[in-house]
Amino acid sequence: MVFVALGVVALAAQWVTGAPAIGLLALLLSSVVAIIWTAFMGGLDTRRALAPYGLLNPGILWLSLFFLAPLWSMLEMSLSSKKSRFDFFPAFSWEWSNYSKALTDFGPQFGRSFLYAGIATILTLLIGYPLAYVIAFRGGKYRSVLLGLIAVPFFTSYLIRTLAWQNLLSDSGPVVSVLETLRLENIMEWLHIMDNGRLINTPAAVIGGLTYNFLPFMILPIYVSLEKIDVRLMDASMDLYTTATGAFRRVVLPLSLPGIFAGSLLVFIPAAGDFVNAKFLGSPQTTMIGSSIQDQFLVQLNYPLAAAMSFVLMAIITASVLVYAKFMGTEDLT
Amino acid sequence: MTRAHDSKQKWGRGAINGFAVAGMLYLFAPIFMIVLFSFNNPKGRFNIVWNGFTLKNWANPFSHPELTDALIVSLEIAFISTLIASVLGTCIALALSRYKFKGSGGVNLFLVLPLTSPEVVLGSSLATLFLARGVSFGIVTVIIAHVMFQVSFVAVTLRARIRGFDWSLEQAAMDLGASPRRAFWKITFPLILPGILAAALLSFALSIDDFIITFFNAGSLVTFPLQIFGASRVAIPPQINVLATMLLMASIAILVGSLIIESRRRRLNAGPESKR
Repeated sequence: MVFVALGVVALAAQWVTGAPAIGLLALLLSSVVAIIWTAFMGGLDTRRALAPYGLLNPGILWLSLFFLAPLWSMLEMSLSSKKSRFDFFPAFSWEWSNYSKALTDFGPQFGRSFLYAGIATILTLLIGYPLAYVIAFRGGKYRSVLLGLIAVPFFTSYLIRTLAWQNLLSDSGPVVSVLETLRLENIMEWLHIMDNGRLINTPAAVIGGLTYNFLPFMILPIYVSLEKIDVRLMDASMDLYTTATGAFRRVVLPLSLPGIFAGSLLVFIPAAGDFVNAKFLGSPQTTMIGSSIQDQFLVQLNYPLAAAMSFVLMAIITASVLVYAKFMGTEDLT
Repeated sequence: MTRAHDSKQKWGRGAINGFAVAGMLYLFAPIFMIVLFSFNNPKGRFNIVWNGFTLKNWANPFSHPELTDALIVSLEIAFISTLIASVLGTCIALALSRYKFKGSGGVNLFLVLPLTSPEVVLGSSLATLFLARGVSFGIVTVIIAHVMFQVSFVAVTLRARIRGFDWSLEQAAMDLGASPRRAFWKITFPLILPGILAAALLSFALSIDDFIITFFNAGSLVTFPLQIFGASRVAIPPQINVLATMLLMASIAILVGSLIIESRRRRLNAGPESKR
């Protein structure tokens, strides 16, 4: 274990240089050394007491170096200024204008991302809850098979699945022709789902893609929380003369709230940052913030602006998660 | 209960079941399309419009070398990164469930953070670090990125899986004279191995399928998802569908296999108990 840790440090030291990262590295390295040293000096008891830290070290080290340190260097980057269009190594200079630029230039993209992700979260809840419910309470001995079936579609590539939706929703695709034969176009237009007889390249298509792609992240946590419920609780509430709806509302729903909470986070967060659905199913009018960040970073090579945009995205997501946790009253359940 | 009430309830049951079936169909609609279009004989470069049944795509699934190469690169990355992440993640999960220690709450929170951060942020921040330090992008940077989110994933899922583990078994082995190391490898490890394998398998799938984080850190390296993304603008050969269907069938086979093993083991476990 210790050797793995040292290996990781050695590997990482090659890439991670620069003042803050070196400080972090030195700190972690010294903690590794300290643990080894005390483990060798101390008896069995000290060794036992140190065992968890020894086990944690390599993994936590990896996360510190490649999750925390990057966030730090991105923070630095977001406050750097680009001297010219071709300045690819921007210098740190407390450049707050990156943030104001991120908010003013990309306001609509931010708005759309959170709107689409929010609607997709609600839709996954509406579709996923009954599915999880049926599997948990009526699956019987086929429970694990049904749960496996939920997972199967997601073993095909994410991009290929989204391309398949592009295919399904295209102008000559099956969904449009079914809607046309059923004469539902007018209703769909009225609901703002279709636009001039088209499904593809509309906000509805993007939201539909997000809903589809993140659905299992809603189903699985809800299933886990429903599975734990003792069926006798429902019987007891029925014995006490509540209706089936009452039993659901007063017993099942409150007990499944942790699952709903976890599920909505697991859908909302990746959906807000996604750009694949917007790219394949949307139009330039439905670009989401993930797409703009990717564009600024990889195409415009404007790293400071991309970093500032990422931080704004993180900040808004963190804030909304906290508000949501307060609203759900499940702060201690995560 | 009155009959009217009863029938109303039955109707409600049927409605929910029907809804669940519709939900399942929705989940499988695009999968059906993918499999169907692997048999398509497309007219142009885009495999979008149905143009007649053919088996020729399945006869030469590897006729597009750029696709096959990308798939091999993805498999290599997934294999290496899963191996590293499984070791690191298992250690963390063991530490968290086996021992009570100061700071475990903080570690729990820290582990969840990468899983609850948007992928664009993870990808772009890691790429910023590599850029700022002058690291050249390639297979190593992609593996580092994949291990980063896989470690969290393995640790979190495995910890949930071994939550109810009976640690007194290990104690019993030591009481019978086994050294702590022997007790671990002979008792604990075989018992948690299925959990480790399940977590590793899922994180393997995460790695193969990862697009956004890889996109930022790949440089000129082309993985399978990156190849599809690039190709989707120029041409979509039906071989993409063939390879996707193959991957799908392989994962279904693994799933069915693991279900069979699990049910067989449950029967074995239930055996002596039912005799009692």
